[in-house]
Amino acid sequence: MSITPSNYQLVPTIRKDYILSLLKDGKRVDGRGPSDVRPISIITNYVPRADGSAYVKLGETIVLTGVKIEPGAPYPDNPSEGVLIVNAEFVPLASPLFEPGPPDENAYELARVIDRSFRESKAINLSKLGIVPGKKVMVLWTDIYVLNHNGNLIDASAISTLAALLTTKVPKVVINGEQVILEKSSDNEFLEVNKKVVTATVAKIGSYLVVDPNDEEESIADVRLSVSFDEHGEIVGLQKSGMGFITSGELDNMVDLAWRAANIYLKEINEQLAAQLSKPREEKEVIIEKLPVEKPSVDEESVEEGQEEEKQIED
Amino acid sequence: MSELLFDPSTGLRHDGRKPDEMRPVKMSVGVLPNAQGSALVEFGKTKVVAAVYGPREALPRFMTLPDRAILRVRYHMAPFSTKERKSPAPSRREIELSKVIREALEAAVISELYPKTTIDVFIEVLQADGGTRTAGVTAASLALADAGIPMRDLVAGVAVGKVGGVLVLDIDEFEDSKGEADMPVAMMPGLDKIVLLQLNGRLTRDEFKKGIEMARNAIKTIYVLQKQALREKYEKEGEA
Repeated sequence: MSITPSNYQLVPTIRKDYILSLLKDGKRVDGRGPSDVRPISIITNYVPRADGSAYVKLGETIVLTGVKIEPGAPYPDNPSEGVLIVNAEFVPLASPLFEPGPPDENAYELARVIDRSFRESKAINLSKLGIVPGKKVMVLWTDIYVLNHNGNLIDASAISTLAALLTTKVPKVVINGEQVILEKSSDNEFLEVNKKVVTATVAKIGSYLVVDPNDEEESIADVRLSVSFDEHGEIVGLQKSGMGFITSGELDNMVDLAWRAANIYLKEINEQLAAQLSKPREEKEVIIEKLPVEKPSVDEESVEEGQEEEKQIED
Repeated sequence: MSELLFDPSTGLRHDGRKPDEMRPVKMSVGVLPNAQGSALVEFGKTKVVAAVYGPREALPRFMTLPDRAILRVRYHMAPFSTKERKSPAPSRREIELSKVIREALEAAVISELYPKTTIDVFIEVLQADGGTRTAGVTAASLALADAGIPMRDLVAGVAVGKVGGVLVLDIDEFEDSKGEADMPVAMMPGLDKIVLLQLNGRLTRDEFKKGIEMARNAIKTIYVLQKQALREKYEKEGEA
């Protein structure tokens, strides 16, 4: 059940009035203009044990994403394609508002918006990730870990997801009788990324639009629109969130502003990753998995659960 | 029914509809005697029922807000609503959809009138054939109106899709699974305000604009049907 949050107004009215009075003059609390995004820094291969990882700071919002590749069951409608699964954790160290426990609706929403953007745009070439058609494929477990929440988790998470996938190395597959062996080493090839996808969020505060809202702005915003774009400008995902509404005039402006922000994100990702792509994977790892005899499961949820089979990991 | 999503030679969809044609829509209000308000909405084979309880006391009380009612919304699919049985446990999808539907209704409900209470909205998908969230939000706003809860406007929704490169209105499950895009939209039609917007799929900027326009026109039609369904219930009560 989704419940009106009780912490929906964290910013005192006097502060809200101040933020609004600044916006009237085209200024923001942290000194930015309405269409400015916060400084971005990306560190890839932050967790060398992961197959791909990226530590992203967007202003003071910090998100770490790790990709782990493991053998698992394919989707029945794509029996020879790999599987991309995006999951998000809002761990309690990231904000006084986060509690330990299973993901809440915000974490599910974020993960599903990013999952849809990458899936629908066919951003990742999954066709080369099959192992045994209908039985075993590589599963790209993409886990988004929020480390510091200072607003706009979704844009930071999308940048971090893209950077992690761009630096993911695909293990070599050896099939030995009944065994599937995944060999991971620095000599392996990078994951094939068909196109880069980013998500850019525009918040509406009163009648003002701002991109990349910080947490103060986010908590007084009436509504947010997150727009996912591929690098060619096609819209590959949309999500309205927040309790307010969007008028038709605002909608066009919001998508325009989002596209401008998306371009800045893409430029930063291209520039910062160019220098980092050559870092080697430090550890070697081999995963041995027995081929399943049973029929692969059918619905999406059970495919996700079906991945949790026993496996041996030899460091 | 053809296996072809869209037949360019006839300009018709797999079920014979034109691109901008909705499935037959049925609505009835006041269908569940126990609830303060309820409504059943059908878009073709998609069948959704919504019920409203409240404003009522919220327990535990610490969840309540001093200056407004809270809204509690659950979107849920019956295990028999889908082709293969769906586990009744809430999925990630249902949790997300409950949130986006709640946020759509928050914009409409004048919650300031009932501080420290809860207004509970329960949506059950009885049969799923695409467009269940938009049918759900349409039914929920009817149920809220039926419960006599003041709103800025009704909320009505429809999903626009893209199949075989063509924008189509009110997509069903076949079109959703085989098509290129599914864009659910809900609005407060009388105020021309968008309260729910998602996109699963790919659209160019131009298609996006056209899609929104297509949804807006359909939503106006749904709005007329909503008002008619509400009127019918009270006319029946008047006769009894």
